[in-house]
Amino acid sequence: MNLTIGDRSKYRGRVMREHFGISTTGEQYIIALAGNPNVGKSTVFNALTGLRQHTGNWPGKTVDNAQGIYSYRKKSFLLVDLPGTYSLLANSVEEEIARDFICFGKPNATIVVVDATSLERNLNLAFQIMEITDKVVICVNLIDEARKKKIKIQFDELEKKLGVPVIPTAARNGEGLEELQKAVYEIVLEKRLTQPKQIAYSQEVEEAISVLMPQIKPLNIAAEVINPKWLALRLLDSDSSFIESINRFVNMYKNIK
Amino acid sequence: MTSLSMPLSSLKLGEKSNVVYLDVKGLLRRRILDLGIVPGTVLTCVGKAPTGDPIAYLVRGTVIALRSEDASLIFVKQS
Amino acid sequence: MATIQEPLDKLLKVYLDAECIRTTSNIPIADRVVKDIFCQSEHIAKSVIKQEYSRQKSLDNRIDKIVTSRIFAYPIMIILLGIVFWITITGANIPSKMIATVLFSFQDVLTQWFQLVQAPAWLHGVLVLGMYRTLAWVVAVMLPPMAIFFPLFTLLEDLGYLPRVAFNLDHLFKKAKACGKQCLTMCMGFGCNAAGVVSARIIDSPRERLIAILTNNFVPCNGRFPTLIAIASIFMTGTLALFQKSLVAAGTITIIVLIGVAVTFAVSKILSETVLKGEISSLVLELPPYRKPKVGAVLYRSFIDRTIFVLRRAIVVAAPAGAVTWILANIYIGDVSVLGFVAGILDPIAKVIGLDGFILMAFILGLPANEIVIPILLMSYLSTGQLTEFANLLELKEVLIANGWTWLTAFNTMLFALLHWPCATTLLSMYKETGSKKWTFMGFMIPTVIAFTVCFIIAQAAYLLRLA
Repeated sequence: MNLTIGDRSKYRGRVMREHFGISTTGEQYIIALAGNPNVGKSTVFNALTGLRQHTGNWPGKTVDNAQGIYSYRKKSFLLVDLPGTYSLLANSVEEEIARDFICFGKPNATIVVVDATSLERNLNLAFQIMEITDKVVICVNLIDEARKKKIKIQFDELEKKLGVPVIPTAARNGEGLEELQKAVYEIVLEKRLTQPKQIAYSQEVEEAISVLMPQIKPLNIAAEVINPKWLALRLLDSDSSFIESINRFVNMYKNIK
Repeated sequence: MTSLSMPLSSLKLGEKSNVVYLDVKGLLRRRILDLGIVPGTVLTCVGKAPTGDPIAYLVRGTVIALRSEDASLIFVKQS
Repeated sequence: MATIQEPLDKLLKVYLDAECIRTTSNIPIADRVVKDIFCQSEHIAKSVIKQEYSRQKSLDNRIDKIVTSRIFAYPIMIILLGIVFWITITGANIPSKMIATVLFSFQDVLTQWFQLVQAPAWLHGVLVLGMYRTLAWVVAVMLPPMAIFFPLFTLLEDLGYLPRVAFNLDHLFKKAKACGKQCLTMCMGFGCNAAGVVSARIIDSPRERLIAILTNNFVPCNGRFPTLIAIASIFMTGTLALFQKSLVAAGTITIIVLIGVAVTFAVSKILSETVLKGEISSLVLELPPYRKPKVGAVLYRSFIDRTIFVLRRAIVVAAPAGAVTWILANIYIGDVSVLGFVAGILDPIAKVIGLDGFILMAFILGLPANEIVIPILLMSYLSTGQLTEFANLLELKEVLIANGWTWLTAFNTMLFALLHWPCATTLLSMYKETGSKKWTFMGFMIPTVIAFTVCFIIAQAAYLLRLA
């Protein structure tokens, strides 16, 4: 038993993944692949996993699910292709699935694929994900398209500002994929720590959050499962589907214990 | 709504505008917000379908097509 | 159990507190949250992008101006469609002949082997004349067009043109109270109706999704194309030169497809006003930038994909169907074969709609896969139940005419092929996507009723006017 992967919270995470229809060997790291629609997410997925993939549906839903495996430096990674979404505010089945998986499935890392030619809009999802988890790698894809359009981006600067690894790629040509795998590897094995830039909300919002936080922090579920600030925001958003999800997963956790 | 604001649908081809107010509800509202159309956002009319409807708008580097009934629920002021 | 309930109860209380804050706030908090995130995204993006790209002044925009203009939009769409069909038809010619030559000559080898081991004639009949022959026919005639059409369409898709088609046609969908994205599902349906049904997931509104699913069948899939091409080609033979023949065939198919599109709109509208009444939902359609597809890679992957798919279907469906057909053609009830017997029963109904019993039976037997309709039909016509080799289409035409085909038969058969019930795979997909037996049944009945009705009207009108 490889203890570096197996500790109790991770074990629970694994069982939960079975709720998501994902079967993994004991030693695999689970990596979520998120991103807006039309950013070349499937290209990244295919480029990394090649033929070692299989597609199906998320359990109980008519939404595509693809999983694939790749190896890097003798470690095995299971890549889960989440449905393409513009945000994690659940307005659709796809967003619910993506949100639930990142929040409760607790992947070892999440790759957020963004479109280099449309950075501004794509960062919306990235920030939301960075509020939930700090194990994030931003994959700026379609840099070949950006080059054609003479768009110049300072990736180092972006990395500094976002506080997480930023890897430029052109998955169609195989560019940047090695660096992407390396960044994921470092994050997952905690050889590299991240400090994701949090969103600075306007005053009224921060005030509302600070009113709720004292009530949320003592709830054990918050600390174990979700970032308390994210939870406060979901509550302020009147996101009842999120509350339902919490119910479901907390019960599952307790049952495993 | 100030007297300067007008529905997005009356924006002419090539004209730029800033969002003032969203009179949209339900699922459409969420979709609009997802795309980053919030008060202050710059919207440019970049194209129309052969019959004049739907209309294509440039928002944050992306081109989105909306039907004119839906676009008329977004209030903007010309910039 | 108390330990589980406690935090959840407290959570509920926090939820209610949050509701209170939300409703008493003087700003819409949820919207402000979204705005704040975008403000930050905007700020950071602008600070790291050293050189921007103006979509408004771009080539993309200039292309769109033409492609969505009042003058050019429709002609471009129709001509593109025609070109795609033309390339499919012309490109498929030579490979078809080559494959046919190879496979049919191999049949002689097989026959020799059977003779060598002194196998009984009926075994030879089932396996070689029935199973192998049908398999060979499907591979030779159906595979090349399918293997060419799919990659072409994938190229168009990768290019980014298809959302523009949805953009141009949305006003028609709005009139039918359907969603403009249905256009995209129809495009998928050209490849395969089952895939078209699954692609309806891109439509948010369940009502509009159902409309897209139920009407997808009116777009002819890859399996029906060769049927349409075959009939069109056979009946266009004559003194036309090869090039003109392919033009006329492409033109005929384009017209048939346009009929299918018109039927789709009509049926969508009817559904919206009767069993699927409801709210019109909004359209939010992204027009992505045009991308130069990696032509080589797309063609290659798509081509291999399609070839494997068709071959697999041929082995799993066509071969057994061929065997079964041969058996039914060679088992006799009295002095008529089972095939002939059933065709005879179906004949009166079929004649009323301008077809004949054998054609109707072939369509029925073609439920598993549309590609096998023509092979079965030809096998039935030849009383020996054997698919003869056709050195050229002229011989084929003679067989059909010898069996009573007129222009009406050809035309109505093409219409019936376009409009009739979906294949088994599509029906299965419908069931999986809708989860409803009732709607799957409707998905079967609606095309069937329309196919019969349309063919009836045309046939009767033709008879009445003494045109046939």
